[in-house]
Amino acid sequence: MNFSDVLKQSNQLCKISPDGKYVATCVQYRLMVRDIINLQIVHLYSCLDQVMHIEWSSDSMFILCAMYKRGLVQVWSLEQPDWHCKIDEGSIGLVSSRWSPDGRHILNTTEFHLRITVWSLCTKSVSYIKYPKACQKGMDFTSDGRYMALAERRECKDYISVFVCDDWHLLRHFESETQDLAGLEWSPNGCVLAVWDSCLEYKILLYSLDGRLLSSYSAYEWSLGIKSVTWSPSSQFLVIGSYDEKVRILNHITWKKIKEFDHPGTINNCKKSVYKEVEQTTVVGGDNLSIHQLTAGNSLFSPKSKYEITPLPAQLPVIKPDLDRANPKIGISAMAFSSDNRYLATKNDNMPQSLWLWDMQKLCLLTVLEHTAPIRCFIWDPSRPRLALCTGNTKVYIWSAAGCLSVNLRVEGIFQVQSLLWHPSGSSIVLLSKEQFCICYMDSED
Amino acid sequence: MGDWWTPAMMTDPILDTKDLSSISGISISPSRQNSLPSLHSTMTLPKTSYSVLSAFCTEENVSQCITYINQEVCSLGLSGVSLECNSDGLNAVPVLNLLYELVQLHRKAQRTLQELESQQLKNESDVNHLQHNNSRLKDQLEHARRENSGLHEGERQLQLKIKTLQNCLKSEKEEVQKLQSIISSRATQYNHDTKRKERECTKLKERLNQLLMDKRDKKLAIEVSNYVGRSDGKRGLWKTGKMEARHEGEMYKALLSDYESRQRSLMLENSELKKVLQHMKKDMISILSPKKPCVKTEPAEDSLEQVASEGEEETTDSSRETLEQSCEQAREQLTNSIRLQWRKLKSHMERLDSQASLVACQERESEDVISRREHEEEMQRMRLEVQQCKDFIHMQQQLLQQDMSSPCDEETAALLNDCYTLEEKERLKEEWRLFNEQKKNFERERRNFTEAAIRLGHERKAFEDDRAAWLKTQFLNMTPFVDRKRPALPETQSALSVSTEPEAKIQSTPPLLTKSQSYTAFSTPKAAPVKMPSTADLYRSLRLIPESRSHGRRQSSETLDKSRLRHGSADCSVFSLVRDENSPI
Repeated sequence: MNFSDVLKQSNQLCKISPDGKYVATCVQYRLMVRDIINLQIVHLYSCLDQVMHIEWSSDSMFILCAMYKRGLVQVWSLEQPDWHCKIDEGSIGLVSSRWSPDGRHILNTTEFHLRITVWSLCTKSVSYIKYPKACQKGMDFTSDGRYMALAERRECKDYISVFVCDDWHLLRHFESETQDLAGLEWSPNGCVLAVWDSCLEYKILLYSLDGRLLSSYSAYEWSLGIKSVTWSPSSQFLVIGSYDEKVRILNHITWKKIKEFDHPGTINNCKKSVYKEVEQTTVVGGDNLSIHQLTAGNSLFSPKSKYEITPLPAQLPVIKPDLDRANPKIGISAMAFSSDNRYLATKNDNMPQSLWLWDMQKLCLLTVLEHTAPIRCFIWDPSRPRLALCTGNTKVYIWSAAGCLSVNLRVEGIFQVQSLLWHPSGSSIVLLSKEQFCICYMDSED
Repeated sequence: MGDWWTPAMMTDPILDTKDLSSISGISISPSRQNSLPSLHSTMTLPKTSYSVLSAFCTEENVSQCITYINQEVCSLGLSGVSLECNSDGLNAVPVLNLLYELVQLHRKAQRTLQELESQQLKNESDVNHLQHNNSRLKDQLEHARRENSGLHEGERQLQLKIKTLQNCLKSEKEEVQKLQSIISSRATQYNHDTKRKERECTKLKERLNQLLMDKRDKKLAIEVSNYVGRSDGKRGLWKTGKMEARHEGEMYKALLSDYESRQRSLMLENSELKKVLQHMKKDMISILSPKKPCVKTEPAEDSLEQVASEGEEETTDSSRETLEQSCEQAREQLTNSIRLQWRKLKSHMERLDSQASLVACQERESEDVISRREHEEEMQRMRLEVQQCKDFIHMQQQLLQQDMSSPCDEETAALLNDCYTLEEKERLKEEWRLFNEQKKNFERERRNFTEAAIRLGHERKAFEDDRAAWLKTQFLNMTPFVDRKRPALPETQSALSVSTEPEAKIQSTPPLLTKSQSYTAFSTPKAAPVKMPSTADLYRSLRLIPESRSHGRRQSSETLDKSRLRHGSADCSVFSLVRDENSPI
């Protein structure tokens, strides 16, 4: 593993272009587009204010920079550096801005979720979608970019609108059987829409593209319900993480539960393995303190760590959440499938230091990775079953079926990894600290 | 009574003495009953028994007394006995009778009294006991009462408690209900409020929207330097009914394709499963069918099942044919047959399991036999290993030799040379030893031969002497016995030809004869030269014997021991011949 130089960045604004050629970063009001290989600045754009959000268009030709405070969106072209587009939402305000899948429309959500403005870069036209619902995930595009589902709230009832992204034609509009819709997500094949209720009620509904209710599922009543929902890349499984620290897996044929993954505090099944991160206190001898070590501050001052196999039964560190407060830190908040559908990674909020890896072929627990600090971010390699995660320290942790390792960043200064991004080819990872970023190049042979 | 009489009489004196005292005591009671004066009299009786004044009967009142006594006796029921007063006094017989009666009466009374007393005592004790019992029971009763009252009290208290708790519960329930109603009312209220708020919100939003729209927000704008072409290169289309229909169509197409792909995958899965099923079925059949002969030896039920399975197989074939057409019936048939066979397989497996467990038990018993076998195997293995190691060493040696042949390190070469010369030396030594042994043997033989030659020389000398003597006598006599000697010569010659035959023949011939032969043999070729033969001559002449010996040796150098054992007699005979030759001397 090699590391690039550390470069500046602000607001954790660092995005790799979908074609994997460039990396766009923002430092205050400046947008820099660098070549991913040598990190040379290819383009430099100056925005009108501090950028809050950037996004690449799907064809990697445009970059959108949103300045929410000013209600402004600026779009830059990579092909024509002098081309420029500025969208002003005016006094209505702006809370969110994103590309449509075709990369020619920008969807701006105004303040108070008053409406969604759809700006076209092709025709300069503008259209509005009224009554969008302010919720966890109220808008989702199908993976082929043809349809958009939008949660709406009208007359105290939840509605779902399905738009054709080509011309923003409203294809379907139907009432959803939810009390308080919290989110919706298309299946990767774009034919089934999963809609779930807010945490007050465990309810998930599955709608067909044409608005028919295919199935509904509820695991229990009277306690906090769904916390996260994820589709498997093959659309075969719908996994639901809930506040009862369980993951339920629905199949795509009958939409019935086929398996329930528990997240117990003690692991005593001897077939499983628990990898525990163990920190080694490095003895810094005066003799072998070379200049190289001095410059490489990261590796010098942070203790090395490695994974060790914990003998079973293993006790995982569990925090006791305050259940009387809203949004208690308990339950499955994050789940992610590996790109080949083989593995599922989950994180239980009251065991923030542990990452659970499940084998989706055998539908059973594979391993648990226990860390010394709470996990900040975990992402699967888009090209192979390999997972990278960070815990807000100077290390990157990699897991694959062959094993797991923790890598100390060999970069100058203190670099605490807060977040990470995989390159689409899986050849490198962009590591983000609060103010900096660097690229970690994976060895090609593994 | 009669029985009682005699002993009473017998024990009279003692009784009397007793009675006397008792009488004095007891007599008090009747007298007491009667009158004070009488009491007084009796009281004073022991002291002044005959005092006139106090006496009951005096001279004067005898008649009165008699009547009185009579009366008394009458009243006592002894009517038959009455005292008569004669002139001369009291008649003694009736008095005595009376007295006796009285005494009897008294005794009876006494007895009854005693009985009564004992009864009394008994009763008293009984009473005591009962009283005691009574008091105890009373105590118990009291205790129980107290307990009872305590329990009653407890019960009352508990009842009270229950009542209060019930009250509490009721109030709690009421409260819960109240709270629930409050909650529900609040919920409805809040729901209502939220709805109202939401409505207001939407209204506000609407209004805001309206206002913003009305105001024609100057800022709300898009500035694009120039338009961008669509990513797909197409031009934007107008929203028309046609477009709508197209969208619908596309949507349904997408759905349809999804369903199709799903169906395809399901079909694929289905066919896979079918294949597996078929395979399983085939396997099952193949597993079950070769068992037939052995199964048939087992109880009748199995054979019955077997028959069923045979019938099943036919249906299987048919189902296999129909498998490709996934019609209901075929499926049912297939599943049924599979189920049946599966059941059979299961039962078979169970049987096998039980057998296996049995066998395992047996094997456990005969474990040491196995261990021996294993041991042997192990030994074999180890031998093989040893052989391999030897081979390896050999190869190494060869390699070393090769190395040696090629010019290499001088020291090692010298060392190796040393090694090889040593080996050579060893071999030479061995050969030397063998050679020495041979030499020794030859020496010994030679000695034997020389001795034999010496002996022969002596014998020849003697013979010559004899011949000379005989010739002398012949010569001197010149008798016509000459032709008698002629026929004898060819005979001996024929005997000589016999002697050239193998030793086995020689062995069979008696030693005396050989002697004569040898005589003739030696005599015939060298009849004329009369001198001592040299050893060389001896060898030449006796080549026959040592040559055969050496030949035998050479041939049986390895199997010497064996040949010694087996043909010991033959060897011995050779020596014995020599010895026999020696023996006459």
